[in-house]
Amino acid sequence: MTGAGAVGPLDGVTVLDLTEHIAGPYCTKLFADFGADVIKIEPPGGDPSRSVGPWYRGTPGPERSGTFFYFNTNKRSLVLDIEHPEALPVIERLIERADIVVESQPAGRLDALGIGWERVSSLRGNLPMVSITPFGQDSPYRDYRISDLVLYGFAGEMYSIGVQDREPVKMYGTASLVECGAAAATGAMAALTAAELRGEGQHVDFAMADAQFNGVDRRHAATIGYEFAGRQSLRAPGPAAGMLSGVYPCADGYVEFSGAAFRIPRLNEMLGRPDWLQEEKWWQPGVNLIPDLVDEFNGMFLPWALERSKREIWEAAREAKVLCGPLFSVDELFEDTHFSDRGFWSTVDHEELGEVRLPGRPLIMPASPWSLRRPPPRLGEHTDEVLSECGFGAGELTKLRESGAIA
Amino acid sequence: MPAMTLPLSGVRVIDLTVVWAGTFATTLLADLGAEVIKVENMHVWQPMTRGGQARPSPELVKAGAGWATGYPHSEPGPRPWNYCPTFVQQYRNKHSMTVDLLSEEGREIFARLVAESDALVENNATGTLEKIGIGPDFLRAAREDLVMLRMPAYGSDGPYRFARALGVHLESVMGHTLLRGYPDLDPSYITSIFSGDYVAGAHGAFAVMSALRHRRRTGEGQLIELAQAECAGGMLAQAFMDYSFNGVVQGRTGNRSVDGCAPYNLYPARSEGDGADGGDRWISISVMDDEQWIGLREAMGDPEWARDPELRYNEGRLARHDELDARIGEWTSTRDDYELMHLLQSHGVPAAPVLDSSRIYDDAHVQHRELNEVHELYDGVGAFRFNKPFIRFSETPLGIRKPPVALGEDNEYVYREVLGYSEAEFAGLRERGHIGMDYDPEIP
Repeated sequence: MTGAGAVGPLDGVTVLDLTEHIAGPYCTKLFADFGADVIKIEPPGGDPSRSVGPWYRGTPGPERSGTFFYFNTNKRSLVLDIEHPEALPVIERLIERADIVVESQPAGRLDALGIGWERVSSLRGNLPMVSITPFGQDSPYRDYRISDLVLYGFAGEMYSIGVQDREPVKMYGTASLVECGAAAATGAMAALTAAELRGEGQHVDFAMADAQFNGVDRRHAATIGYEFAGRQSLRAPGPAAGMLSGVYPCADGYVEFSGAAFRIPRLNEMLGRPDWLQEEKWWQPGVNLIPDLVDEFNGMFLPWALERSKREIWEAAREAKVLCGPLFSVDELFEDTHFSDRGFWSTVDHEELGEVRLPGRPLIMPASPWSLRRPPPRLGEHTDEVLSECGFGAGELTKLRESGAIA
Repeated sequence: MPAMTLPLSGVRVIDLTVVWAGTFATTLLADLGAEVIKVENMHVWQPMTRGGQARPSPELVKAGAGWATGYPHSEPGPRPWNYCPTFVQQYRNKHSMTVDLLSEEGREIFARLVAESDALVENNATGTLEKIGIGPDFLRAAREDLVMLRMPAYGSDGPYRFARALGVHLESVMGHTLLRGYPDLDPSYITSIFSGDYVAGAHGAFAVMSALRHRRRTGEGQLIELAQAECAGGMLAQAFMDYSFNGVVQGRTGNRSVDGCAPYNLYPARSEGDGADGGDRWISISVMDDEQWIGLREAMGDPEWARDPELRYNEGRLARHDELDARIGEWTSTRDDYELMHLLQSHGVPAAPVLDSSRIYDDAHVQHRELNEVHELYDGVGAFRFNKPFIRFSETPLGIRKPPVALGEDNEYVYREVLGYSEAEFAGLRERGHIGMDYDPEIP
């Protein structure tokens, strides 16, 4: 499908990237992976995500962080101390060349340094700028800090995740921050569209809390359910409470089912037991929530499941169109041929780490494809390259480096 | 409100989406200014799109969790499919037309709409569009430069292509389920999450806008395939990279930090309005560096135990995480959760209450940012506070231009104004079962 030399849909776009950690970098990673030239400004010590693991071969180092690696593919790194007095003209020159600015500094920090939205818009009235912060530019909690846990607990639907006599429990790793990064990319893309079509520059104030409160991660439904009916959404009383709803053990692990579209003929087909569940009691509405019947069903189902592997069960469920998914571990996923044959994994050559395998395209856009054109940058790898493109001469670069503004 | 030019003004999107992932993609596009037209069929019930059932019983609607069956005033109402709490927040800013796509005439009508549209989004079970004769070939014939976004669970090829899935199943397949939940309990205690829908929806909207840019530059449309499972990969980045770098299969960390920062957990707290047992209130606290640890010590009044030099650096705290959790929990358990947040944050420590659904509307941030707005539901069912678009644009503020759309609410607009059918033709199409606002009476 893809002609040789086909470029990504964001080819020709230059992003001035002042984001750090997870959410902002995921937003700009999408831009970079789909063809934009993303110039990542890092402080002299580097993006804080260079300081967290997982470490390559277990040994820490700024070029050995798996977190930084994943979230910064295809970007160019320029080390600039934005608090340094000599930094201002450098930033102005970078702004001149940008099509969009994306930043995730604490709210007000760039304003205080004289490079906030007011300055950006006075330099380039048609330039969009996206600010990604925990609570936005004008909240009573503007200066409050978050982690993935604090964000998901406060603004996401964590309260109803888990079981009742235990504490609520969060998602893996930094999942809530990745959700926000993906949502922020839609705002950035819309702002870029408005700028390209109508010469409209504007400031996009993206609050991660807002993206959790009003996103689609069930919080939206819990909120309106309370508004409509005054009813809470609480954690489940215990594991696997319905008839085929939840996580069940099998011969070699676990499989997950959902009662959301409960249909007995499909179930019987999956089980290979057309004789089961024929009595009238199984066909009453809401049967999958009647405790005695659920127990009776489990008495038949569990022995069936425990004799079969998760792959066998999933295959039977696929054939019968039953909602189901095996619980794969990460090593099983890496070895799974469905995903490798589809091209889900990519590899990239890194100067220090060699060939590295990582998850590749999030989606397939054949006429303007995702591509891995360069590994994540080493700290300051492109400082000279980018600034030369901006018209700084060798003498100026030496001076800037000696002053400590760049590295 | 006078019509304002929004970022996606002038873009028309056909919405054939179901459940959450697809509908979130089109909600984002609609919020950003696109004219999104839901194309629906009164003769076919799509489960999990306008409700679990078209006509839930009054008993069902009175029981169950708010998010699932908390219909307005706990009544099914005259047309329950217009206000199921699980889905209604995804109907803002959208149009709805009805057409019987299972008929030849319906497909002709649909082709006329495709010709007038820029993009189409769908996430039905793999093969559904082809089965009813409106697959990519049909769509391209109607509009050559159409941007088509399909969002199958596992992709359109490979052994898993026909697997039925909700977000939670594909997250299990991608490894998320075994990476989350209580580390000390059996995996059967892991309950559903919905982040797969979130990321797939957001990527979908991003992809459509990107492909429209490509079309502006080249005149070329395309068929985008977003396998929701693959799209979820970014959320598991650290686990994937650990395996790639080190062959390490990470275990469950519960509420602790993936980066090994400590202390990092939920702690019991209290709040105004607690029940007699004072239970089920929680504060999250994340100490992500040594400076924040000093902040936490100060907030707690620098108790003797916290001054232990072994705890000064993260390594020492991580080694004694259980003990720290117990000590901190003792301190938080008698305190109000919001007061704890303000106190801890004033010392630079990330912390916040874990809010249940009854406390969202009252939160100072939610109110200050005006995250919701009162709108009337269709059929006079009542006025309620609905979520607003959540991204703030300084020059083209987004808002609720249309309250949650009822089935077939915009038939007149779409058939007459967009497609140019005459009044007589419109009447004929209504008679032949394309146009209406009610599902067939025999649909339960």
